[in-house]
Amino acid sequence: MIATMETLNDLDAPTKSAVIDLLYRLADDAIIIGHRGSEWTGFAPILEEDIAFSSMAQDDMGHALTFYQMLHELGEPDPDTNVFGRKLEQWKCASLVSLCSKRDWAKSLVRKYFYDVAESLRLESLAQGSLVPLAQLARKLSSEKKYHLMHGHMWMPRLGQGTDESHQLMQDAVDTLYPHALGMFESTGADDLLDQAGIFLREDELRKRWVAAVDKVLGESSLKINAKASPVYGGRSGKHPDDLATLLDGMQLVYKLDPSAKW
Amino acid sequence: MVIAIDPELNQLSKEECERRLETFEGRIARGDKVEPTDWMPQEYRNQLIRLIHVHANSEICGALPEGKWIPHAPSFKRKMALLAKVQDEVGHAQLLYRAAETLGASREQMIEDLISGKSKFSNVFHYPADIWTDVAIIAWLIDGAAIVNQMMMSDGSYGPYSRALKRICYEEAFHLKHGYEMVVTIAQGTKMQREMLQDSLDRWWPPIMMFHGPADKVSKHTSMLVQWGVKLKTNDEQRQQFLRQFVPKMLDLGLKIPDPNLRLDKETGDWLYTEPDWDEFKRVINGGGPVSGDRVATRKLAHEEGRWVREALSAAAANQPIPMPTMTV
Ligand SMILES: [Fe+2]
Ligand SMILES: [Fe+2]
Repeated sequence: MIATMETLNDLDAPTKSAVIDLLYRLADDAIIIGHRGSEWTGFAPILEEDIAFSSMAQDDMGHALTFYQMLHELGEPDPDTNVFGRKLEQWKCASLVSLCSKRDWAKSLVRKYFYDVAESLRLESLAQGSLVPLAQLARKLSSEKKYHLMHGHMWMPRLGQGTDESHQLMQDAVDTLYPHALGMFESTGADDLLDQAGIFLREDELRKRWVAAVDKVLGESSLKINAKASPVYGGRSGKHPDDLATLLDGMQLVYKLDPSAKW
Repeated sequence: MVIAIDPELNQLSKEECERRLETFEGRIARGDKVEPTDWMPQEYRNQLIRLIHVHANSEICGALPEGKWIPHAPSFKRKMALLAKVQDEVGHAQLLYRAAETLGASREQMIEDLISGKSKFSNVFHYPADIWTDVAIIAWLIDGAAIVNQMMMSDGSYGPYSRALKRICYEEAFHLKHGYEMVVTIAQGTKMQREMLQDSLDRWWPPIMMFHGPADKVSKHTSMLVQWGVKLKTNDEQRQQFLRQFVPKMLDLGLKIPDPNLRLDKETGDWLYTEPDWDEFKRVINGGGPVSGDRVATRKLAHEEGRWVREALSAAAANQPIPMPTMTV
């Protein structure tokens, strides 16, 4: 029987650092996917999607913010310093969320969908977990995630089956991004501790659930996955594609003019 | 001045035209709203389509200078607020396209006209947003100037446009607050920040002074729109209202307004100013501004890059409806 922990103060030192590791992964994925989503504001194929992408990006950034706030409660830097002042190698996001600097609707949709399925599963796991503040937060956030998933579920078959061109572009996006999506489930030293404390499922278990959910929807969208694809790891330990370096340069540009200034 | 309408354009006899016009103008004088299914002079319809189309274009093109800075916003708060604001502006375009559609215009055609450079958009969006503080000046002063215009138009005679504007003004009030808060924060910041803010104001002031359109003595579109209750104040009246509202606040914040002739006429309460360069205004709105070409090219590129998506959507809609995949998470 796993004991529930009512507050963050109930964490022992090793479990606390495992939670910090987990929160960084959740927060960094969320802010970067939100940032990528916000790049469509003003440029989407239809106005309705400008609006949908912008509002989902706000949700993702909002989720990131709550995770960073919890990190701050655990003694980490405040959210702005953390996001706008942190160096590339200190980031823990998966490669999936930062990939594709160029505006590409098919890749953006697939990237967002792959992320949203993973994020929903993580929130579900946290919501059932033993760390009460995190479980409560996860329950709140997962209600917002439902709309994101519906958005993905609406688009995948429409573009997967719409025209030959749209099918091909979506298939290319899936081929490119699937290995990076698997990379979201890179295990870290925190896996065992979080599992034993009943806070969060192991990454390999989450990956199994993710593959099952995604395979089904891709199949119904006439899109194929390469079952032999091997995951692209590295993000969780600070090894990132150039896309993230470029993204951070842009994101931290104004902040770095004077980190002590208020804007 | 009384405006006669053209029988040929309205496909009616001269007598019928006069009879209907009298009823129409009577309704406007009583403050009735004109609704899409009501008879209206073709001239009224055309002028309104032109006006709403330019307004919608301006919302869309207005998303570009600010949207460019979303990735660079220096804090969570600013990033999310700016994203929400630009999203609103795109939403305004959507509302306005719908209002124009009630008059028989098509969204697709309006977008085509924008990206082929055939239709116009507000002069201010033909200028570049070069530094972060431009975003603060835009949200405060350009949204502020737009509110003066849109509040006035929201009492106008055409129902769908007036209702769209009411909703738009409600959201614009948040933009103004967001802009003012940014300007105040930066104005209280470091020397570098204050210099950046002043630099932004120096560049944006001349276009902002032109925002409400040419001086009354040279404006050609005003009279018909005023007569039919679409536009309830002249360009100069709007400009004056803007100055009365914003100049004192700007001076309070220690900003220097780059017009040596700007001063308050104590007797009338009006602000006197250097007449804007209306030749520049004309050149700019006709596509000769510093980034006019870029704005249109950006919209065109986005539209073309999105073509395959729109084609796939209509293909998918034409085939039997695609069921939503089963959600397992
Ligand atoms: Fe607007
Ligand atoms: Fe606005």
